[in-house]
Amino acid sequence: KRNQCYFKRSLNVVCTSRFWFNYRHVANTLSVYRSVKRLGIPDSHIVLMLADDMACNHRNPKPATVFSHKNMELNVYGDDVEVDYRGYEVTVENFLRVLTGRLPPSTPRSKRLLSDDRSNILIYLTGHGGNGFLKFQDSEEISNVELADAFEQMWTKRRYNELLFIIDTCQGASMYERFYSPNIMALASSQVGEDSLSHQPDLAIGVHLMDRYTFYLLEFLEDIHPSSTTNMKDLFKVCPKSQCVSTPGHRTDLFLRDPGSVLITDFFGSVRKVEITTDTINLTAPMVHLEDTRPVRELRTEIQTYMDQLPVAEIIHQKPKQKDWHPPDGFILGLWTLILLVFFKTYGIKHLKHIF
Amino acid sequence: MKLKIVFKLRYLWMFFRHRGRLAALAIAAVVIAVGVPLWWKTTETYRAWLPVAQINELAQLQLQLSVEVEVVFSKGTLTAEHQKKIPPSNTRQEEHVVDETTRLRYRYETRYRTATIMEEDALNQSTAAEADISLHMLSESPSGSVVIYVVPESSTVLPEGVSVYVGQRRTALLRAGGQMRVAVALKEVLASLETWIKQVLQVMSFSHGDITAALSDRVRPGDRSREGLADSMRAFKSSPGYEITFSLLNPDPTSHLLHWDVEAAISSYIQPLLSKMAPVANFSIDSQILYYAVLGVNPRYDPTLNAYTLNADSLSHVINPVEARLGSSAASSNPVLNFLLYVPDSRHSPLHITDHRRHTVPSNAFSSPRWGGIMVYNVNASGTELPVDVHIDMRRVMGVFLPQLRLMLGVQSAAPPPGFLIGPCGNAGLADWELDRLMWTRSVENVATATTTITSLAQLLDQIGNIVINDNIAEQVSSAVASLQLAVGQLEVGNLGLAMQYSKEAILQSERAFFDPSLLHLLYFPDDQKFAIYIPLFLPMCVPILLSLLKMASEVRQRPGQGQAKKD
Repeated sequence: KRNQCYFKRSLNVVCTSRFWFNYRHVANTLSVYRSVKRLGIPDSHIVLMLADDMACNHRNPKPATVFSHKNMELNVYGDDVEVDYRGYEVTVENFLRVLTGRLPPSTPRSKRLLSDDRSNILIYLTGHGGNGFLKFQDSEEISNVELADAFEQMWTKRRYNELLFIIDTCQGASMYERFYSPNIMALASSQVGEDSLSHQPDLAIGVHLMDRYTFYLLEFLEDIHPSSTTNMKDLFKVCPKSQCVSTPGHRTDLFLRDPGSVLITDFFGSVRKVEITTDTINLTAPMVHLEDTRPVRELRTEIQTYMDQLPVAEIIHQKPKQKDWHPPDGFILGLWTLILLVFFKTYGIKHLKHIF
Repeated sequence: MKLKIVFKLRYLWMFFRHRGRLAALAIAAVVIAVGVPLWWKTTETYRAWLPVAQINELAQLQLQLSVEVEVVFSKGTLTAEHQKKIPPSNTRQEEHVVDETTRLRYRYETRYRTATIMEEDALNQSTAAEADISLHMLSESPSGSVVIYVVPESSTVLPEGVSVYVGQRRTALLRAGGQMRVAVALKEVLASLETWIKQVLQVMSFSHGDITAALSDRVRPGDRSREGLADSMRAFKSSPGYEITFSLLNPDPTSHLLHWDVEAAISSYIQPLLSKMAPVANFSIDSQILYYAVLGVNPRYDPTLNAYTLNADSLSHVINPVEARLGSSAASSNPVLNFLLYVPDSRHSPLHITDHRRHTVPSNAFSSPRWGGIMVYNVNASGTELPVDVHIDMRRVMGVFLPQLRLMLGVQSAAPPPGFLIGPCGNAGLADWELDRLMWTRSVENVATATTTITSLAQLLDQIGNIVINDNIAEQVSSAVASLQLAVGQLEVGNLGLAMQYSKEAILQSERAFFDPSLLHLLYFPDDQKFAIYIPLFLPMCVPILLSLLKMASEVRQRPGQGQAKKD
């Protein structure tokens, strides 16, 4: 049995929905991000993708916060959040590029999923979905076949050791139906034909704050600490139908180990392995001090001038600008043409001579 | 008159119907002959040609590693008769089958000769280290080869109880066993030497365990021992470049004003090692000082030691809070090695690290596999004036960081077998044979990784028919295949330096080909979407054509019937 302590953990948490009324999807994602950071995974191993900025949205009555529980108990945005892909950068293409590693060479390290064959990866997706697809940004979608192909590409390039896939959308189980690469375990919040429902609205903020499945998932994770021994079978029991209204599903046939032997901390938390250094080298050679070969830069002696600023009078007493006259818009033109045509059709062409 | 008009009209009608039929046929012909191939060609995914045959050859990896060994007999180890009968050379081969696609062959070409007079003088020195140095001045052996000097049993150059001394470069001194007596045949002498030579080669060149560990990308390791797993996970994977960062953490700038001459220390102690390792990888070094950076763990006061202690169990929680503040070069995706020097604040001074048995660790440092090392440097802040000027002893610091660096880079090896004495590593901090060892394992690892990348890329492109393959991908794949073949060829011959270089090129090109951003275009459409796109385009056009063709076909069937009816 291989000791899982030696395996690196990496995470990819994605929220795919825009607009203020999809507040709960951002809160979902941030809650998972927070609990995973609490359990020890550093930011350098997490790729967080948020499709919209709820914390600084104009409609947020409490700016710079995202709450996950009513009565504003828990601010999941916090001081310490590092969003790697924000706003319009969250696209299907970028998501697939992060997974497969096919990013342009100029991409910084924080936007890459730096995983190798000794990484356990957790992927969490949330948003609006349907039978076989997940909607991104209200304009495009990713299908379950594309996702399965992306995971296959990760497997052939040995980009993961084990992969845990969690999805919280309507009909989420359809997204993991097509996986065919080994060592993937998948959880979804609802079966095909069912909708995932949200948990509770907050009257002060005015929107629903969390989805049910993620809410109960979070309650479950709050009890996990870095050395706990809870295994995946307990995770499968999270949010039964009585609480979630939808039926959560899971898929373990592609996973090589028995789910009962897989610890939650294998994916959600990480404790670094350390070794005491016992060897030292006795260095006897003296240090060679480098000479400062850099030339002393001469001080700049030219006088600095300011650019011409706007005259003050124009700034202070600003009259409303006169709008230039524009010819009428195409729509108005078209409408008038239509009306004229109808008139002449009805009353005959001979009336034209009265116009021209 | 009326009949004529009727006939004319009938002829006209038949003429136009004939023309109509020709028109329908012509349109159908154009659609089928020109339209369908055009549509097929313009909607297929562009796939450039890949050298699939060569890639499939690479899937079956047969590696041959050749090592040149030179065995030099000094005076007193062989009798005169034996000396005349020594074979000039001998080749030994070992075959190993790792799994069904990977085979290994180790080829040791041994040459025997007697020592020259200058070598005899060199071997007559008082200590093994001095003998080693004088031997170096005589000759230079190429990368990847090993020279073994056999000294007589009575020789004093090796200390008591030591049978083999491994020097700084590529030489070893072997004490001849008690079998060197007159009555013994030459074959037995050579056979007994052979066992010792095998052990020396396992230490200085490579052992089967090292090579199979390097092949872990191709071969899933299965159940290995815990130590073996720990060893393989400690060093970084082979990469064309590494970034090294030295950080000084000062949580208490009001009490300590720290001075560290890190530039001089790096250029004196670290840079020679890295320059020597230049054939293996590129290194970039930087350093920084962080103020008000605290460890995430509170140390406990131990009255027996009169100091604060950090136990080994709590060390793992130290790294994550600090790592967020370290920063790294965002532009490259090379692995980063971090070396942190922590000077405890005056309230928690002195701070010692204790191991699992509650003993203090003399080096006061620990490391994390594939991340880096941390050292705690205690400072005597005795002085009435705050802040106290502290000049950090960089020699002590680098004496700890250097072995940690060697460990991270994979230079350190297992404990030597009994009877072996490993000499000091010299000014660069790295012996030549250690570099050779690293180069053997790294080039095998590179070759294994590059072959897996290329074969899995070919397999993937075959499997997912929707991916577009541009011409530049095909070029990169071809050049990667060429570099791989060259690397394997050089390993066969034993040119370690060239093999390393070609294997690095092969890795770079194969990774670039696999991770090319253009390979993302998965043109996947579900079937119902395909219908939804094509039906509005093709159906309105096809319906009249099909109907007219059907009508013509029914007329053709009817006409023989009509003709018959008329005849009747």
